[in-house]
Amino acid sequence: MVDRIADIWGTRTPYPKDGLWPVRVDQALQEGVTEADVDRWVQSACVLCSNGCACDIAVKDGAMVGIRGRAGDLVNHGRMGPKGLFASWQGVSSGERLQRPLIREHGRLVECDWDTAMDRITERSRQLLHDRGPLSHGFYTSGQLFLEEYYALAVIGKAGIGTPHMDGNTRLCTATAAAALKESFGADGQPGDYTDIDSCDAIFLYGHNMAETQTVLWSRVLDRIAGPDRPRLVCVDPRDTEVARYADVHLAVRPGTNLALMNALVREILANGWLDEAYVRDHTLGLDELRATVEPWTAEAAAAICDVPAADIREAARIFGTSGRVLSTVLQGFYQSAQATASSCQVNNLHLLRGLLGRPGCGILQMNGQPTAQNNRECGADGDLPGFRNWENPEHIDELARLWNVDPLTIPHWSPPTHAMQIFRYAEQGSIEFLWISATNPAVSMPDLPRIRNILATPGLFLVVQDLYLTETALAADVVLPAAGWGEKTGTFTNVNRTVHLSDKAVEPPGEARSDLEIFLDYARRMEFTTLEGGPLLSWAGPEDGFEAWKECSRGRPCDYTGVSYERLRGGSGIPWPCNDENPDGRVRLYGDGVFPTDPEYCESYGHDLLTGATVGPEAFRARAPSGRAILKAADYHPPHEEPDREYPLRYTTGRTAYHFHTRTKTGRSRPLTRAAPSAWVELSPHDAGRLGIGEGDLVRVTSRRGRIEVPARISDIRSGTIFAPFHYGYWDRDGSPGEQPTAANELTITEWDPVSKQPVFKNAAVKVEKIGDATGPAPAPSTTASRPSAAAAGPRSVQPTAGGRQGQATEWVGAAPPPRFPEAIGRSGQDGRP
Amino acid sequence: MSLNIYLGMLHQAEQTLAESFRQVAEGHAAEPDVHHLCHALAQQCDEHSRVLLPVVQRYGEDRSDGEPERLHAEGLSTTRQGPVGLLRDLQDLYLLASFVDVTWTMVKQAGSALRDRGLLDVVTRCDGETATQLRWLQTRMKQAAPQALVAACASPAADRAAP
Repeated sequence: MVDRIADIWGTRTPYPKDGLWPVRVDQALQEGVTEADVDRWVQSACVLCSNGCACDIAVKDGAMVGIRGRAGDLVNHGRMGPKGLFASWQGVSSGERLQRPLIREHGRLVECDWDTAMDRITERSRQLLHDRGPLSHGFYTSGQLFLEEYYALAVIGKAGIGTPHMDGNTRLCTATAAAALKESFGADGQPGDYTDIDSCDAIFLYGHNMAETQTVLWSRVLDRIAGPDRPRLVCVDPRDTEVARYADVHLAVRPGTNLALMNALVREILANGWLDEAYVRDHTLGLDELRATVEPWTAEAAAAICDVPAADIREAARIFGTSGRVLSTVLQGFYQSAQATASSCQVNNLHLLRGLLGRPGCGILQMNGQPTAQNNRECGADGDLPGFRNWENPEHIDELARLWNVDPLTIPHWSPPTHAMQIFRYAEQGSIEFLWISATNPAVSMPDLPRIRNILATPGLFLVVQDLYLTETALAADVVLPAAGWGEKTGTFTNVNRTVHLSDKAVEPPGEARSDLEIFLDYARRMEFTTLEGGPLLSWAGPEDGFEAWKECSRGRPCDYTGVSYERLRGGSGIPWPCNDENPDGRVRLYGDGVFPTDPEYCESYGHDLLTGATVGPEAFRARAPSGRAILKAADYHPPHEEPDREYPLRYTTGRTAYHFHTRTKTGRSRPLTRAAPSAWVELSPHDAGRLGIGEGDLVRVTSRRGRIEVPARISDIRSGTIFAPFHYGYWDRDGSPGEQPTAANELTITEWDPVSKQPVFKNAAVKVEKIGDATGPAPAPSTTASRPSAAAAGPRSVQPTAGGRQGQATEWVGAAPPPRFPEAIGRSGQDGRP
Repeated sequence: MSLNIYLGMLHQAEQTLAESFRQVAEGHAAEPDVHHLCHALAQQCDEHSRVLLPVVQRYGEDRSDGEPERLHAEGLSTTRQGPVGLLRDLQDLYLLASFVDVTWTMVKQAGSALRDRGLLDVVTRCDGETATQLRWLQTRMKQAAPQALVAACASPAADRAAP
């Protein structure tokens, strides 16, 4: 047994370059349960980060009692991370689950039956559609539903109601990944693959604390590092993360200055002639504009803005420019910071300049934060159209109209689908009067919480919340719908590297809870949404019908699912799309031929100006004649809009810890995870702590122009002048409100977003910090992660190492099976896959 | 030669546009994208004025001429409220920016005829940004129009402004 709270990444299984990552099967069973007690194992994949680890759920007496990684899956080779081991089934098995619908009566939420709740919703919905039209309706969903559920919601919103106001919390986590891929390559679609870790010579992690956000993927990197020929590592992060500790170059930039750094890295590649001129000539457009944009950004110029040594920038560029095969991964440090899309496009540009795409070890992983974020992007329940279709292309709208058998005018396409922040603004202004929130908790996760709480409490707003638990958001609802969780329903979802997994129903949901799909289909039925011929718009009986309908929608598009079936997904490994006649077993990486989806008739977007977000438009895009070439997009650096000043002298950034997911609705119900990171803290550097007279564990007040939090201080190795707060700690486990001691990181964040991706800027704000109370012990921050106490901190070393004890134990079988390989690991139609 | 009249007009129009962007940025501060981008675009206009100034001085700015004076665009003196007010204000900015845009085009024509490389360099540096300003205004207005004109309350007083 291994303590997987103390040892987040588990036992090392070193392997060499171009080797196969060894299998290690991880398993955790409920205390007192042995394998012999398990009645059956039900196939699924983990939903506690975006990695998509395939697993089997142990079921005993109709209840979930354990989890085990699937050895034969290409994603995880048997491994599970601490969140999957200790909060997957545990996170939905709490007695606090919602079991019956609730409606607001005389200001209080009271239980009712489904008919009453749904009648109340449809009555209001019909009335508003009649009086105010479709623009009165907004839908704000998640990155954690299943593909079939997003697609149902997309059809309801776009073809049933006809509202452009649909988005997901994917806007907060993955919108920039999608936007950057669209700008550079013409359509969404992850170019790289996890096996690029196996084959690369260097890995660049841009604002990506992989060690905590995708712990199993980081295990793969650690196993390469422990092998005979480790890849070089470059880390861009203001904190001393686990990634930074292994890095050859750690660029601890000032938050908000990523683009200055990226422009300098691109300039170094160009200035040193490290580009593949033939590749650039044959497969890209825009080199002259790119060159002109980055020209002023010498390493020295960027060093002055980013506050990192110019020599380190040069060394990072040299590693990128001279390594044979480079893998880049990008996450929230870029996506949730200033000039997000422009910075992320520069990562794509670095690869395009060197022609490092579509070959083993040469990949880009524009990461997702959530397990099913990719499906929201594909299915169009967010700010996209289903099947990566282009809202500016009338042909694409006609395709959808034919597919759904509705009038093309029903489908809103006069401008891009409304992004989340704008949906909330319309609700604030009163023009959206019906807002349906599913599987997300904006009362804690959105920026500037004082404002969001006011919006949710707007008297004229009819708020439907569909969730597992009575979240902070649900407390403000007019109707609360109890949803079935993971393991309680069947459906598919797709991870960061396009791998589709099936999650089968293992147990019954508690009480009267229903799957999100059932709820959406019920709403569509009651609202009598119809096709042009008068038949029901959504006639699916269940999830497999939804999947088959989706396959037709995806046909011929980059995310082609037509070769995938529930049958093929059972037994074998997950299957990476596109999976069709041309790629019968799916496809590991995209763009090996250097042909990109920029054909104007095919592309998902004609692109934007990266500084303003102005659309390029069809005519200008066609005039460039991209003909399958990628586009080298660029923008000049502009300082963040809120910079430290005399009143608020410090920079503020937010993020997650390895032990929690989102607003802890699941992980907060796991004892070992909660013990590892029980409550909120902030991190500051020894220098700032000394200057402000703050010691380990002292209670501090952090204040911005929006609000304040009051939490204990951890003296860590974050860069000086920067304060970090984890964003997990809302109020559901207190009394649902911030009270006198607010702890949610988003009390302080600013209402601002990237002009292209519309992703909010969570990682840059100006704050001040003051001590308001003496320590009663060390801060409740883990010692195993980036929040590890600084060795340079003054005072006694009182921080106990984070450990899981008896409850944090998991079994590991190293080398339990030969490593899976593509395509052998993929199940064939009409035969059982390997167990 | 009357190029100096046009240069003076352009110089002043860039200044007027900058002031108007700032006016809208502050008047609609509750729309964060409008607030920040209008400030950024105002700075672009300032920069256009700055690089244009040596050319203006070289040709001699003439703001006294009676006839073209009437072509000077008035800036926004105040901003409106509510969703429709935002749309109208952005539309006013669009008209001002269009005026600047077409004036750059005429100045470029004259600069070409004069083979004035210095002037043409200035035009190249600025007119693309003005075109992007127009595209952004149109992008933002197209997004705002349906909600403002179809779904929002007609009276600005009914608009619940951000706290």
